[in-house]
Amino acid sequence: MATMTEAVRASSTGGTARKRATRLRSGESRAAATFYWMVWPAVVAFALFHTLPVLIGIFFSFTNYPGYGDWNFIGFSNYINLFKDDRVLHAYGFSFLFAIVATILTNVISLSIALGLNAKIKARNFWRGIYFVPYVLAILVIGYVFQFFFSNSLPKILAGIPLFADNILTNETWAWTAIVALGVWQACAFAIIIYLSGLQTIPGELYEAASIDGASPWRQFTSITFPLISAFFTINVVLSLKGFLQVFDQVVALTNGGPGTATESVTLLIFRGGFSGGEFAYQSANAVVFFIVITIVSLLQFRVLQRREADF
Amino acid sequence: MTSTTNTAAQIQQDVAAIDEPQRRRRVSSDAEDTRKTNWWATALIAVCSLTVLVPLYLAVVVALKTPAQLTEGTGFEWPNPVRWENFPEAWQRTNFGQALMNTALITVGAVIFTLLTSSVVSYAIARNIHRPFFKGVFFYFLAALFIPFPIIMLPLVKQTALLGLDNQVGMIILYTIYGLSINIFIYTAYIRSIPIELEEAARMDGASTWRVFRSIIFPLLMPMNATVGILTCVWAWNDFIMPLVVLTAPSARTLPLAQYVFQGQFNTDYTVAFASYLMAMAPLLIVYIFSQRWVISGVTRGSIK
Repeated sequence: MATMTEAVRASSTGGTARKRATRLRSGESRAAATFYWMVWPAVVAFALFHTLPVLIGIFFSFTNYPGYGDWNFIGFSNYINLFKDDRVLHAYGFSFLFAIVATILTNVISLSIALGLNAKIKARNFWRGIYFVPYVLAILVIGYVFQFFFSNSLPKILAGIPLFADNILTNETWAWTAIVALGVWQACAFAIIIYLSGLQTIPGELYEAASIDGASPWRQFTSITFPLISAFFTINVVLSLKGFLQVFDQVVALTNGGPGTATESVTLLIFRGGFSGGEFAYQSANAVVFFIVITIVSLLQFRVLQRREADF
Repeated sequence: MTSTTNTAAQIQQDVAAIDEPQRRRRVSSDAEDTRKTNWWATALIAVCSLTVLVPLYLAVVVALKTPAQLTEGTGFEWPNPVRWENFPEAWQRTNFGQALMNTALITVGAVIFTLLTSSVVSYAIARNIHRPFFKGVFFYFLAALFIPFPIIMLPLVKQTALLGLDNQVGMIILYTIYGLSINIFIYTAYIRSIPIELEEAARMDGASTWRVFRSIIFPLLMPMNATVGILTCVWAWNDFIMPLVVLTAPSARTLPLAQYVFQGQFNTDYTVAFASYLMAMAPLLIVYIFSQRWVISGVTRGSIK
């Protein structure tokens, strides 16, 4: 979009610089020309397969195109209707609830595990290797294993608890928690490794000095550990929240949006409405709104978290 | 030319030394660590690791059962006798061979093309970041990181169908292009830490930019090539949403897609389904088990810089 035009404009100034260079030294200009040739094809390909679809999506969001046949411009109607559509609002509600809870749990759990792995324990590399296993598994496929667990094993194991005995995945109020469990289980693998590499940058002498001064383990964590890994905390929170907001595979594997539309995420709604619901234009508008929401959330997070970082 | 290779080797060592918090860390954490072994932490870590292992165990035991054995218990019991026939049956019913070939082809293709293209583009950007054009390109790719896939998804499907790219070749192209953003981010930071003097020496000897890249820069990029290769491989192998929307022919199905279709058709045939899940997860899992340290350090390197 804006960056695209910038790039084009910048390229023309680069072209004149190149001409000037030709007059000065031909060798350098040949090198410069090669550099331009190294970048151009990638820029064109990226514009064609990434930026162009985005622009087409934005374009059609102002029409009533169902995905086939004729269409007309209808201005902002799609956008206005989005905010009156209960199904859309519910999808945003679910996605945010899921993303916030899953982000908090992922970071609390993975930081705890990383602290454990960073302690002097036996066979550390072995355990570290085990905790990273979920990263290499397809969420959809391991999600089907979880689906069996929630719908067939858990009702038998916890037959005394009605919530689990009746298959939590068919419970309209609580099905989302099962999706959180799968999401957190998978995301922790990556987060643990990031936290662990953060913890390993902290020199051990700091802790020795702190214990001589009589600081409790909790005090050491809040005054030394956490401030020193806050950059890693920022990375993890931003990445996991952004990923969780776009949740798709986890939902498809466990509930497929059900029961009813109780666990329908924004991505799933765009996928369903856009491809099989004849709502190409309408869901394009939804996607544009979703893009804006995600960008605002990411930028906001960076600002808040980085300001906090700077305090230390 | 020999002088170039000599200096190349030397620089390679220097860069390796810069890139060695890994080794230093290992020494400081294991050999010089004078702390007493913390048995409580060890026990806690071991117990918590069960949450990772139990779902995998469940996948294995269910895949080895008969449907009758499965309905008897909770699913966790070890089957007696073991039913190995689930595997050939799953292989046949999900058309596993073809899905495996498709996924392998797409993954290998995506990794090769990603390594070849991302590194070249990053090199050009990193060495010319002072020029407005290259700076603009850098931020153009970076800005794309904010764009979520759902906004691309709907128009992309029309586009790939129109261009005849709704197949394995299209997937390779898409992974290569969509990976550019993050890969350029990973590569450029690293390339800028490589001293430029070395390239200048080679240029004096009359080497072209391509030649400098091929014989000096690319070999020095090996740690980052590993990182980018691993990230691309895991992404392309496990990705579900992109094959789901882009691929049209059943013969082009990837492994996750094949599981999805199978689940939709025979959703209560758990034992065969689990055999197929296990086979779909196995290849990457086996590679990971044998190259665990390398994979973890590769992924870490990509996210920290």
